Amino acid sequence: MVTYIIRRLIAAVLMLVIVSIATFSIFFVIPRAAGVTASDFANRYVGVKGATAETVKATAEKLGFYDPLVVQYGRWVKGIVAGSEFDTGVDVEHCPAPCFGYSFITKQPVWPDLLDRLPVTLSLAVGASVIWLVTGVATGVLSALRRGSIFDRGAMTVALAGVSLPIFFTGIVSLVFFSYKFGITAPGGSYTPITENPAEWAYDLILPWITLAFLLSAAYARLTRAGMLETMSEDYIRTARAKGLREPRVIVKHGLRAALTPIVTIFGLDLGLLLGGAILTETTFSLNGIGKYGVHAIAVGDLPQILGVTTVATFFVVFANLAVDLLYAVVDPRVRLG
Amino acid sequence: MKMRSALVVSAAGAVLALGLSACGGGTTTNNSGGGGGGGSEAPAAQPTYNAGLEAVVNPSTKKGGTMHMAISEDWDSVDPGDTYYGLSWNLLRIYCRPLTTYNPAPGNKGNEVVPDLAQSLGEHSADFKTWTYKLRPGVKYEDGTAVTSKDVKYAVLRQLDKTTFVNGPTYFNDWLDLPKDFKTVYKTPDVNTDQAIETPDDSTIIFHLNKGYGGFDNFAALPATCPVPQAKDTGIKYREHVVATGPYMFDKVQTGKQYTLKRNPNWDKATDPIRLALPDAYQIDLGVEANDLDNRLIAGDLDVDLAGSGVQTAQIATVQGDPNLKARADNPTVARTWYMSILNDNPPLDNVDCRKAIIDGADRVGLQTAYGGPVAGDIADGLMPPMIGGWKKLGLYPTATGDIEKAKADLQKCGQPNGFETIITFRSDRPKEQAAAESLQQSLAKVGIKLTLKGFPTSEYFSSYAGKPAYTKANKIGIATNGWGADWSDGFGFMSQIVDSRVIREAGNYNLSVKSPEIDGLIDQAFAESDTAKRDAIWGQIDQKVMEGAYVLPEVWSKGLLVRGKDVTNTFINNAYQMYDYLNMGKTS
Repeated sequence: MVTYIIRRLIAAVLMLVIVSIATFSIFFVIPRAAGVTASDFANRYVGVKGATAETVKATAEKLGFYDPLVVQYGRWVKGIVAGSEFDTGVDVEHCPAPCFGYSFITKQPVWPDLLDRLPVTLSLAVGASVIWLVTGVATGVLSALRRGSIFDRGAMTVALAGVSLPIFFTGIVSLVFFSYKFGITAPGGSYTPITENPAEWAYDLILPWITLAFLLSAAYARLTRAGMLETMSEDYIRTARAKGLREPRVIVKHGLRAALTPIVTIFGLDLGLLLGGAILTETTFSLNGIGKYGVHAIAVGDLPQILGVTTVATFFVVFANLAVDLLYAVVDPRVRLG
Repeated sequence: MKMRSALVVSAAGAVLALGLSACGGGTTTNNSGGGGGGGSEAPAAQPTYNAGLEAVVNPSTKKGGTMHMAISEDWDSVDPGDTYYGLSWNLLRIYCRPLTTYNPAPGNKGNEVVPDLAQSLGEHSADFKTWTYKLRPGVKYEDGTAVTSKDVKYAVLRQLDKTTFVNGPTYFNDWLDLPKDFKTVYKTPDVNTDQAIETPDDSTIIFHLNKGYGGFDNFAALPATCPVPQAKDTGIKYREHVVATGPYMFDKVQTGKQYTLKRNPNWDKATDPIRLALPDAYQIDLGVEANDLDNRLIAGDLDVDLAGSGVQTAQIATVQGDPNLKARADNPTVARTWYMSILNDNPPLDNVDCRKAIIDGADRVGLQTAYGGPVAGDIADGLMPPMIGGWKKLGLYPTATGDIEKAKADLQKCGQPNGFETIITFRSDRPKEQAAAESLQQSLAKVGIKLTLKGFPTSEYFSSYAGKPAYTKANKIGIATNGWGADWSDGFGFMSQIVDSRVIREAGNYNLSVKSPEIDGLIDQAFAESDTAKRDAIWGQIDQKVMEGAYVLPEVWSKGLLVRGKDVTNTFINNAYQMYDYLNMGKTS
């Protein structure tokens, strides 16, 4: 078990390196292959209405664009491991490790920005995941057990709608009605840290949670239903019933547990992706999380911010997968790690 | 009964407007004071459609409340030395005081420069190369220390460092008579800069220019003249704590998320004739989803859409279709022109008649539709928008829907009777620009000019592609979609960067097509002209020359559909910023 975890951790670090190299390459190598020069890159960061050639050159030098790409990448990695320096004009500021560099646009260090936005994304992802997991799995189980009933058909129709409707539609519509027309939920952009006021935190996030959960629980309901239908027709379920086990025990311990394996897999991936930034939800509800930060970074071509977000997102996806693999052993006794 | 009520309300409004005038103290154009609250003598208006264009809507002197503003994106910086957004220049006057500013008054009165930190407008030498300002006595920073002219000098000099403060304009870099060995205040702090700016005493500042300019008071209105105490300057990190001289100071700064401001206890109304300082606090949310922002503004959950560019396309019909909402809206023309540069580096567009064929053949009604129709802009027949001094209707290309016969005749004259092929660029993440390029493609196809569309992302559009002469020439780009807004509403503030061939740089250009020695000569004449009316007339002449040379295809003079906040007082469009004036807004609750 320990060996397995160590092996996976090494693989996770390798994955982070590969993703960062890929991001770096997409940002620099591909444009350079298309003829974009270091000065062109610098020109993006010299204000909205252009600058003199001297200013562009000085900016390119300051941002290190004339250095070979390997050197630029090495500098970024060094910043994470050992920290780096930044010229504020007045003096040189030290950015302690892990320093993900300074934004080309805002000139702010990226790591504190990410830490600042992480609680928002965590709150959104964790809260929504509880709702979608509970409602999705419960709906799926009930639908499977009452196959063909009005409940089953109704639930699956709602689920289909949930999967089909984009969050920027359901989000805006729900904001208009619940926040602005009826005033029963918080307006967009509302967020109170859980440490300040847990009730306010939940109130502010209930609408984003439900909207996001509506999308994902639909998929979980359909997946659970399909799994339960398959499992409940297995021979061992018949055997369990023949042994005289009570129906709830048959459903939960023998049916649901077996049907949960694919749910756990997809849940790990979904949660990992969301922790790396629930882009659409955060944008629609104006929540300053990692996803919205990343979208803005891409729009303005801010490489340090982009690298910071992709690294954090990769971290969460990789470790969510690791957690899923470890959970397998709990959910399915046949799985042994080693 | 209704009429009587209306009269009562009108009378009350007029009384309040007079009250505001009294607060403002003095006339708007004298040399000792400014406007104030909507400007002295500013008419008050009922909250009806477009009421805010020429009058103060909901005038009031009521204090209190929190002004809740929001914007869908972030802007460059709150550091007055590092910002180039109109909304920022408008807003920052609540926390800092430049030497001069624009009269907080509706209509064209807003274009007048009035003294702010300075006691009066600048006194100039006969050749307009030397400008002297005296600071008002008693102005203090938020920490209680006195503001001196040396702080203004330091503020202007520090922002010349464009590798640290990349965002601000370069007017002072270009016009101050700086010593050759001066680099930046940080790198060469010991270099004597008195030949550029002198401060003979704590209240006097003298600017020395390398060439005369009669409109220097506009430079003095740039945020760069907001004083910065050298001891508190933290370079690029100064934006995290700008030391206030205005009635408000920063309370919390969360870059990219939120700013909050509270009252500055050391601001003294006695030193400030133009500010009312009505709200108790400001909350400015950044990154609010644009459609959600509109909904919140309409619902009254927000007071001001800080961007000042109007509601999103999705909301235009809603606002126009609802009488109550429409009564809260204004549709100002802004000093921004959407246009297409007709690049003349490669044949056949090096021939003026081939360029004219493009303008004559263009369906400019179609281009207007692409930008959102009449509510989003008026069809332009020149580069210069109507609110700029010296503007006149040119009428050189009178058929707005496209004149196919005339375009074909142009093609005959330029030796391309069967038309030609060229490439048009646009910003691929701007649907309106793409729609305009497609519209032009369709209309020019009727005269035999075949356009190939090529889109590039905004972040690289000017730096690597459409603003880079080497790229456009090598890749035979014939037309580049473009847009430009005024730094201030005169010919210099709007035109100088987009018609002067001598400002074309290696990349990052908004003008690659106007390269005329005759126009460059006229620009020099305008710089040297001290009489405002004559100077404006020269800029009008330049606009005409640009169109005669067919260097650009003007599309629309931009307009925005702005919605006034439900509980906001003293709302009016200031023509200097072409958005609601943020200086003296207040809250009813």
